[in-house]
Amino acid sequence: MKINTLLVGLLTSVTLVMGSAQAAELSIVSGDTGNGLAFLRSQLDKFEAETGNTVTVVPMPSSTSDQFGQYRLWLAAGNADIDVYQTDVIWAPQLADQFLDLTEAAKDVVDQHFPSIIESQTVDGKLVALPAFTDAPALFYRTDLLEKYSKPVPTTWDEMAATAQEIMDAERAAGNADMYGFVFQGNAYEGLTCDALEWVKSNGGGQIVEADGTISINNPQAAAAIDRAASWIGTISPEGNLAYQEEESRGVWQLGNSVFMRNWPYAYALGNGDDSAVKGKFDVAPLPAGDGEGAGSAATLGGWNVAVSKYSPDPEEAIKLALFLSSAEVQKERAINQSNLPTIEALYDDADVLAASPFMANWKEIFQNAVPRPSAPTKVKYNEVSSLFWSAVHNTLSGNGTAAENLEVLEADLSDLKGDAW
Amino acid sequence: MATDTIASAASAGRPRIKSELMQQRVRAARWFLLPMMIALAVVAGWPLLRSIYFSFTDASLTDLYGAEWIGIGNYLSWRTLDSGRTIYRGLLVDPAWWNAVWNTVRFAFWSVLWETVLGMIVALVLNAEFRGRGLVRAAILIPWAIPTIVSARMWSWMLNDQFGILNDLGLRLGLLSQKVAWTATAETAMTAVLVVDIWKTTPFMALLILAGLQMIPKDIYEAAEIDGVHPVKQFFKITLPLVRPALMVAIIFRVLDALRIFDLIYVLTPNSAATKTMSVLARENLFDFDKFAYGSAQSTLLFLIIAAFTILYIWLGKVNFDGGDR
Repeated sequence: MKINTLLVGLLTSVTLVMGSAQAAELSIVSGDTGNGLAFLRSQLDKFEAETGNTVTVVPMPSSTSDQFGQYRLWLAAGNADIDVYQTDVIWAPQLADQFLDLTEAAKDVVDQHFPSIIESQTVDGKLVALPAFTDAPALFYRTDLLEKYSKPVPTTWDEMAATAQEIMDAERAAGNADMYGFVFQGNAYEGLTCDALEWVKSNGGGQIVEADGTISINNPQAAAAIDRAASWIGTISPEGNLAYQEEESRGVWQLGNSVFMRNWPYAYALGNGDDSAVKGKFDVAPLPAGDGEGAGSAATLGGWNVAVSKYSPDPEEAIKLALFLSSAEVQKERAINQSNLPTIEALYDDADVLAASPFMANWKEIFQNAVPRPSAPTKVKYNEVSSLFWSAVHNTLSGNGTAAENLEVLEADLSDLKGDAW
Repeated sequence: MATDTIASAASAGRPRIKSELMQQRVRAARWFLLPMMIALAVVAGWPLLRSIYFSFTDASLTDLYGAEWIGIGNYLSWRTLDSGRTIYRGLLVDPAWWNAVWNTVRFAFWSVLWETVLGMIVALVLNAEFRGRGLVRAAILIPWAIPTIVSARMWSWMLNDQFGILNDLGLRLGLLSQKVAWTATAETAMTAVLVVDIWKTTPFMALLILAGLQMIPKDIYEAAEIDGVHPVKQFFKITLPLVRPALMVAIIFRVLDALRIFDLIYVLTPNSAATKTMSVLARENLFDFDKFAYGSAQSTLLFLIIAAFTILYIWLGKVNFDGGDR
């Protein structure tokens, strides 16, 4: 008996050693913390069990621009320590040269994903990264307050502002001095580019730089959209909104101090947490539309992907890991545990997913209005384009010039930056 | 350089006779300095030279090793248009850069001024004999001991317009009529950064000044007291001149530090032109934008500006780093 156990043990360890001799040691970066990191680890454990590879998670700062700077440096130096990168949806064109082409490896599964997302990760016919989950923002609104003042869910920005003002004034008169109407992301950073792109696009003002590379931002409808947003600061939105990122706006909202909020889906699960003052008192709708020709709701496309470094010593195993992390199986787990939106269309009708995150049914409509940031046409210059755009918008919001003036300068700066071609 | 000082001090002490022992000491000193010199060359000298080299190329992070020499194009380039008008491009005529330089210099001036005044007051207090002095000395160092990133985050929550303790206190005490977004607006953002920086580095200043104060012999004050010199006059006629060497060194340390301010601004304020400093701008171009060479040019200029400040300061202030200009 004892000898048998010993023999079995020996045999197992021998097979284990032989197994690991062929298996790869992979590294993946992650800017996630807490729950998100634990979730990733649980999925990697499955992958390890299935393939015999070992995967190490390399933790990164949570700010995406800090991550980007670090990845740029590593990839520029040909760093072979990291095999798999998690990339933001806008990075593909900027880092395309440094990642492996996944077209061949993923040819059986690409059709499951939303075509627009696959397209966003394809640069000159090369599939740079595989989608892990997607993101599209929505208008969060307080069902209890709208009901109390018998207001409908607003469908235009002006209607939203009017409703916000009315409820805010009434609530303040009733003694809630900290009440505001609307919070969004107004700090000078990538998030403001997302917010402002929605205002402009939903007002029929184009998408900053069009898909063919023309600079379209300097137009009256875009200017009107940004001026409208500037009028919110200090009225329905706090002055401090000029420094808010996602978490600050969620802070105001989750304390019950705002009627409306523009935010990403992650705030839905957190807002319904047990410590939330707005638990069960809110819902989401597509973002409001502007007015004028071509106006309609617009939501900036976000989301994360997995890419394989071309400096990876074990590209085959690394590609397996990328395929695994973007697979329907992991995306389903992710949707249930992390309330991240799947990129696989079929999962939106999956009973388990809808049971755990019922709001996802609402998001399908929001997602259909998703507009990409101009990262594809502006290629490696995207970050600078985005920075020039958010600076122009932030100046307008802070009362530093009108939108028309700032957009005129922006157009000139963008043409300088573009030169002959992007 | 340091070995020369030792050598010259030695030869000054004994003009003719260079003893065997002295030579041995100089040799030993050179050997002891060697590891530090090598380390400095590797971690400071080489990167500096690389940055300067890259600033004359068209390097981008995607293709660092394929960089080609383009001369001074990143600093200044010009072309004549068909209309005959000449337009200039490049760092030296970039308004964003000079705006950042101005922000940095303004920040350095005000922060160092306040830190010097407050540091001097704190040092004078700590120099007095009172019970529990050791404890107070240790306690006052706490802000300086906290890593800047941590204190910046801490302050950004304290300054937060909705949940910040400063707004809460202000409202409760009736000092504010409504919540103020300290770091969000251009007018208050720089002040907020200054306050945090002064809070953080005054202890450092105080410590260096305190060290200078303790070198002053007590009998001078006794003599002054006997002669009936007013304490304020004592400060300006005795304390200040005698503590000056230490003070000058402390100020130059702080100025160098303030001119490369990065973390506080990066964490505390929105990324807007009103508060962007040279380091913040250079980082943005180096890593966020596809302008590695341009960012290198900015780093190089930042280095030259700091070097110019230092040389000017040492020359004008006649700072003696040997600690004895008495």
